[in-house]
Amino acid sequence: MSNIHVTTTINGDSVEYLCAPEETLLDVLRDRLGMTGSKEGCGTGDCGACSVTVDGRLVCSCLMLGAEAEGREIATIEGMAAGEVLHPLQRKFLEHAALQCGICTPGILVAAKALLEKNPDPSEEETRYWLAGNLCRCTGYDKVIRAVMDAAAEMREAS
Amino acid sequence: MALDKNPETARSFKLVGTRPLRPDGIDKVTGRARFGADMSAPGMLVGRVLRSPHAHARIVSIDTSRAEALQGVKAIVTRADFPAEVPEAVADILDNCMAGRTAFYDGHAVAAVAASSAAVARKALKLIEVTYEILPHVTDVDAAMRPDAPVLHPGRADESVPEGTPGNVISRVQYGHGDPETGFAEADRVVERSFRTAATHQGYIEPHACLATMGADGQADLWCCTQGHYMVRGTCAAILGIEAGQLRVTASEIGGGFGGKTTVFLEPVALALARKAGRPVKMVMSREEVLRASGPTASTSIDVKIGMTKDGRITGAAAELRYQGGAYPGSPVEMGTMSAFAPYDLKNVRTVGWDVVTNRPKQAAYRAPGAPMAAFAVESVVDELARGFGLDPLDVRLKNAAREGTRSSYGPTFPAIGLEATLRAAKDHPHWSAPLGEGQGRGVACGFWFNFGGDTCVSLNVNPDGTVSLSEGNPDIGGSRASMTMMAAEELGIPYEQVRTVIADTASLGQNEVTDGSRVTFAVGLATIEAARAAKRVMCERAAMVWGIDPEAVIWEDGAAKPAGPNAGKFEPMTLADIAAIASNTGGPIAGHHEVNAEGAGVSFGTHIVDTEIDRDTGAVKILRYTVFQDAGCAVHPAYVEGQFQGGAVQGIGWALNEEYIYGEDGVLQNPGFLDYRVPVASDLPMIDTMILEIPNPGHPYGVRGVGETPIVPPLAAIANSVADAAGIRMTDLPMSPPKVLAALQAGAAGN
Repeated sequence: MSNIHVTTTINGDSVEYLCAPEETLLDVLRDRLGMTGSKEGCGTGDCGACSVTVDGRLVCSCLMLGAEAEGREIATIEGMAAGEVLHPLQRKFLEHAALQCGICTPGILVAAKALLEKNPDPSEEETRYWLAGNLCRCTGYDKVIRAVMDAAAEMREAS
Repeated sequence: MALDKNPETARSFKLVGTRPLRPDGIDKVTGRARFGADMSAPGMLVGRVLRSPHAHARIVSIDTSRAEALQGVKAIVTRADFPAEVPEAVADILDNCMAGRTAFYDGHAVAAVAASSAAVARKALKLIEVTYEILPHVTDVDAAMRPDAPVLHPGRADESVPEGTPGNVISRVQYGHGDPETGFAEADRVVERSFRTAATHQGYIEPHACLATMGADGQADLWCCTQGHYMVRGTCAAILGIEAGQLRVTASEIGGGFGGKTTVFLEPVALALARKAGRPVKMVMSREEVLRASGPTASTSIDVKIGMTKDGRITGAAAELRYQGGAYPGSPVEMGTMSAFAPYDLKNVRTVGWDVVTNRPKQAAYRAPGAPMAAFAVESVVDELARGFGLDPLDVRLKNAAREGTRSSYGPTFPAIGLEATLRAAKDHPHWSAPLGEGQGRGVACGFWFNFGGDTCVSLNVNPDGTVSLSEGNPDIGGSRASMTMMAAEELGIPYEQVRTVIADTASLGQNEVTDGSRVTFAVGLATIEAARAAKRVMCERAAMVWGIDPEAVIWEDGAAKPAGPNAGKFEPMTLADIAAIASNTGGPIAGHHEVNAEGAGVSFGTHIVDTEIDRDTGAVKILRYTVFQDAGCAVHPAYVEGQFQGGAVQGIGWALNEEYIYGEDGVLQNPGFLDYRVPVASDLPMIDTMILEIPNPGHPYGVRGVGETPIVPPLAAIANSVADAAGIRMTDLPMSPPKVLAALQAGAAGN
């Protein structure tokens, strides 16, 4: 079967690519576009390491076909910082030591950003349930939850 | 290398004990950090593995001709592509990476292909025709020890196994002193119970991945996610029959390991494919492959018998431990046997361990390998005895606690240790006395881990601009570059930001033991401190040369060489940057290095308190509150020490409540995915509180002890003890999943 031509927007940039019909968006990002910040931890939508947003909605890019990105707005971890200025979530993750190995970190940051865009003042419980789809095996989530809530507080003060 | 006790050299720290940002942080929060699967090479092929669908089968034949004919297929390898004879130390590892005459478990590799794309590789795997003769199988440890069990490796048992023992038992170990029977006779009560724990997986989020290149000249390069690239080099070179010096291994950033990346699975196969194809080959496991074919931990069956007087003194203790470590010898039963009673000062103790093989993937280390299961069994019985006498379980542990001078249950006499301190801290903590609600329970348990040192090399270079480059050879699995940078800067007396630490490849430093045994902050830290001291000696000599005084009359203080003794105050101090700037004119570049087989790692103890609540309708156990108390010796970067405590505790919670390898009657793994192999998620948990105790390790200049493994040891029993307190049921079979808890609740109700 021949490849499909796709025109889409990734982190604000217009992007074109060819992909096979069965190729996932994650494969396209990683293998065709060299955007390896999104990780494959399971390939079945269980771990959240490949989290991106599509038109503002949080999705596992391993569960979406590359061809389905046609005409959409994709945001990945690579677009989170503004140049050298980190997003408050990124900064708070460093300050709270909210990562050990760091493999789940891009997905958690993307998911946490999507949470704060929906709910700028989440409770601990809301934060824990929102991030229940992002597995972290190193931290036990304690510092992750603290970092997200601290970033939310800072962002509320700034706005 | 001893703790700095001399008041001349011992000093208060400026950096150690603070919480600077990790040096690899920005890369990791922006997606720039390159993990195993993130590397590519020009002309790269995709490698994939064909795996046995059977639990146990003779491989009658493998026909690769149709796959080879497929356009885009560049190489196929089977066992025939590896040397017929390899050194004994790697024979099982090779057989595990690529099956020989027999496939020993569901998921065992039987062939591999390198192709121009993943799609072609997938098609090629389907065209490889393997003829199997299915053999009877066994996956349960107790079943494997029965006389009628199918035997995996006839004749593999070593001389420690008594004559007439069933064939899957490979070795037997025994530890202890005194006579438990005498002890039981002195007891007011003796409790004997049997326990079982399911196999769990380390569950690192990053699947195994590597990128191999190998030329016809025998030179090879390998990029991979591993806990030890020197181990990868040695193992792959031995398996492939090449010289280690010709194989350069570079460690990628590592996305978790917990012991599971201390061996090889894909790497020798990728190299063999790359050699055959003449092109780079990248291999990445799927999650299903990780669960079916990398190394989970052992499942176990353990009997414990403990005698206690009514005032809480343990008079006798015995345990028999049976661990299956998958299809090859080497379960962590010996460490379970040694660690089982390590927290206690006992007159009469004996432990016996049996290493058993079954038709499961070859186990790999998992955080304090062998210890959590043994602690689960022992700490459950200690708790039952204490409760039975109406004694405070912390008091009972304090009464029997191992301390400095105690002859341990596995032989050596303990130096200064921190068990008692963790118990006292737990007793004084508000958590221990906080009121519990209706239907809630509180449990406590102790844990022990040996900690290791091992071969270590560190090289520290002073750059002309006064910055410092530190090279170490251990993959940074949880922030160790931060702690090495801190120790180097502390010793040199310069700012943290002035030092950059990198993980060198295998060609750039001497041999380093893998990142295991909680060894890195201890051993690499020790070598870092010594390397910095060596560089300081050179810098003092250079300053002495400039000043025209004796080098012995120069001291290093606050990041500068200063004249001392009779010359004190005669010359302006020379900073590291001053000396670095003129190094070329005073003898050449300045460096310090240290190579050591680090000893004196210092054992580690922890105590955990956990509150639970049981849903009587579903059997679900909810963790309400959790506190970890552990001796860190000296917490170099306390945030990452806390992180180790929290992460280890939560892995233990998963082991206790949810995680298990489930095999069907057919010997096939039924839950090879994160949906059905359920690790803890954020909404399962409360915050994990921590208290770091610092009882200096006499074997490290700053007093550092490893902290990474001990935190997974107490949770299994602490939770079981909490459940016993909450619901009056003694859970002896892990995981305490809802169906099992519900059944126990119903049986308890029926019994009443």
